[in-house]
Amino acid sequence: MRYFELFAVPVDYNIDLATINKNYLELQRAVHPDRHANASSRDKLMSVQSAAEINDALQTLKHPVKRAEYMLSELGVDIRAEQQTLQDPLFLMQQMELREELEELASASDPDAAIANFEKQIKQLNEQYSAQLAEQLASSNEQQYQLAADNIRKLKFVYKLRDELERIEDSLFDD
Amino acid sequence: MALLQIAEPGQSAAPHEHKLAIGIDLGTTNSLVATVQSGEARTLTDELGAAMLPSVVRYQAGGITVGSDAAQAATQDPANTLISVKRFLGKTQAEIEHSYGQLPYQFCEDNGSLAIQTEAGKVSPVKASSHILAALKARAEQSFGNQEILGAVITVPAYFDDAQRQSTKDAAELAGINVLRLLNEPTAAAVAYGLDSGQEGIIAVYDLGGGTFDISVLRLHQGVFEVMATGGDSSLGGDDFDSLLVDYFKQQTGVSALSPSVLRLFINKAKACKEALSQYAKVNVGLEFDGQNHTVEVTRETFDEMAMPLVKKTLRSCRRAVKDAGIENEEVLQVIMVGGSTRMPLVRSQVHSFFDKEPLTSIDPDRVVALGAALQADVLIGNKPDSDMLLLDVLPLSLGLETMGGLVEKIIPRNTTIPVARAQEFTTFKDGQTAMSLHVLQGERELVDDCRSLAKFSLKGIPPMAAGAAHIRVTFKVDADGLLSVSAMEKSTGVQAEIQVKPSFGLSDDQVANMLKESMSNAKDDMQARMLKEQQVEALRVIEALNASLDADGALLDDAQLTSLRAEIAELVKVRENAQQPSEIKAAIEKVDNASSEFASRRMDASIKKALTGQSVDNI
Repeated sequence: MRYFELFAVPVDYNIDLATINKNYLELQRAVHPDRHANASSRDKLMSVQSAAEINDALQTLKHPVKRAEYMLSELGVDIRAEQQTLQDPLFLMQQMELREELEELASASDPDAAIANFEKQIKQLNEQYSAQLAEQLASSNEQQYQLAADNIRKLKFVYKLRDELERIEDSLFDD
Repeated sequence: MALLQIAEPGQSAAPHEHKLAIGIDLGTTNSLVATVQSGEARTLTDELGAAMLPSVVRYQAGGITVGSDAAQAATQDPANTLISVKRFLGKTQAEIEHSYGQLPYQFCEDNGSLAIQTEAGKVSPVKASSHILAALKARAEQSFGNQEILGAVITVPAYFDDAQRQSTKDAAELAGINVLRLLNEPTAAAVAYGLDSGQEGIIAVYDLGGGTFDISVLRLHQGVFEVMATGGDSSLGGDDFDSLLVDYFKQQTGVSALSPSVLRLFINKAKACKEALSQYAKVNVGLEFDGQNHTVEVTRETFDEMAMPLVKKTLRSCRRAVKDAGIENEEVLQVIMVGGSTRMPLVRSQVHSFFDKEPLTSIDPDRVVALGAALQADVLIGNKPDSDMLLLDVLPLSLGLETMGGLVEKIIPRNTTIPVARAQEFTTFKDGQTAMSLHVLQGERELVDDCRSLAKFSLKGIPPMAAGAAHIRVTFKVDADGLLSVSAMEKSTGVQAEIQVKPSFGLSDDQVANMLKESMSNAKDDMQARMLKEQQVEALRVIEALNASLDADGALLDDAQLTSLRAEIAELVKVRENAQQPSEIKAAIEKVDNASSEFASRRMDASIKKALTGQSVDNI
């Protein structure tokens, strides 16, 4: 997979972020337009394209959802533009409960503790789905990829909850 | 580092040859130009020894005046004397009037963009800026015995949007300047202090200039400068402190109504008094006018008391910016002072106590931005091949498209590291639909009306299909200067949809070309000569760059490819020397450019591979 090759790291959902960050800078030092400010317009164009690709690769690999979507699409299952919804009543039920809990955080008797507790739940879910994803994406089984797609959809819900939590936290401690 | 450099005979450029590049601080009130000589950045002065060029241009039927002569005429000829045009870049008349109230200018339209009617005709903010830039370029050329200036880094405020950045670049092009990079002002200040190497952390840049105040919070992480937050007040600066003193003089002398010339005297005395108070605890100001003779005593204490509310106002902006950045005051590692007004002891002590940190003031705050720009220009032009400097900027404001219901869908969020390319797919919503219009916006708000309109596109020539069957892929590209370009294609058929770009602000390439022609139409030969020279310089740049690449990486091509590329270069060398028409050179450059495309792409791939393998070789 090109993005992993670019950063010279093994193709694995569990990334080595430190190496990627370090290699990112080495790559930008080589290709960034500032390094080719003096070059011909053809070289400049090439440099902008390469720098943009490396930036995009970094953004993609850094973000757990984007990384999973990218890997899955390279494996032949592209769900990045899909409109499909998740068909998992149990999961959806759990999400609704979490949403309700989230909305009550602000009025909890001890908001700090409630937020910390909620954060812990999200973290657990995140770890659970990520661990499954790593295995599914490492397999060479079409069925596993479909399961991975579902896991990515679930992970998206988890990240939405996390964003929402941050927003609530901000509004609580703003004043 | 190489201890010894061995040049092959016939190698194009001598390794020690110093190329001339400049850094320009195109300021609201004053502009400066700087360059690096013998490893040290310094600002260039005019024949009177002044480094600062007032950003003022006066347009008379007889000609154009730039700088202090123009500034002195401002009171007697306000309509034709353009002051602080930087505030107008990339703006509409409505926006300008909303922000600055009544101005002494007669606004009009010129080819669909904003202009000001003067004695010398319609002048757009871009054109006025180009005259300031041209004056600075001329100063630099004179300083170096008319040696060719190969490129410039021009600074812009961190919060400048695409329209304002594009306008700045257009102005440079009009002035005949090859822009190496548009650099954020606070980043330039940080570079001048050498903060790009070594330290990591959060840097606040407090910039109190003649008429504007900016605060920027930057994060420096692994060589990446990220603008975390910006804020400020576009109508608060040194001039406001001067007018406080003018009021004090009026009160002390008992003179209330001032004639324009006496007002000018008061303002000049106020400026001098303010500057003296930065060094002395007490200043006696002599005011002689209309047969009267007054002496007003001003102590620093009195002045500080008057100035305090304004300084507090800047600190409120600082507090907001720090909050927007999502950090605490204590997390700020360094505070850099920029702008002449930061010489005021009150400003320094207040900023010191606000951030609880001694601010950096060792570099002249008027020059620090220009010096930083010069340092980067020197690296970019290739005078420091061993330099490790790499400034990665981020997009200051999100880019998006208008969707149904007047909402904005973000395509590239703010703070994305640039350059960046993002594609988004759209589909048709009617059967047989062959065109689609898109509206590009910039800003953080959700409603179209609250964001800045950058351009409206219509995609034509979409093959007629059932609703939802056409997939139009729109690609946004933002270059290292933060400038946007857009392209589109229909995916299933591969038809490249025709795009019409109608910039809502700024200028199209054609407009720039036309203005360039217009500005020189009274001297046709001059234009011809200038364009020929520009093409010669460009051709030389291409030849040198390609020769250097071939020396380094010629092995990437086989013998036949090498021979044919070398032949094309030799042809360009010949055309460059003999051509009478700029178009001949241009065509030859394009030919070489096309011939080298395969080589360019192989080199880039090779350098990507080398970037990471070189590292393991070092480790052995």
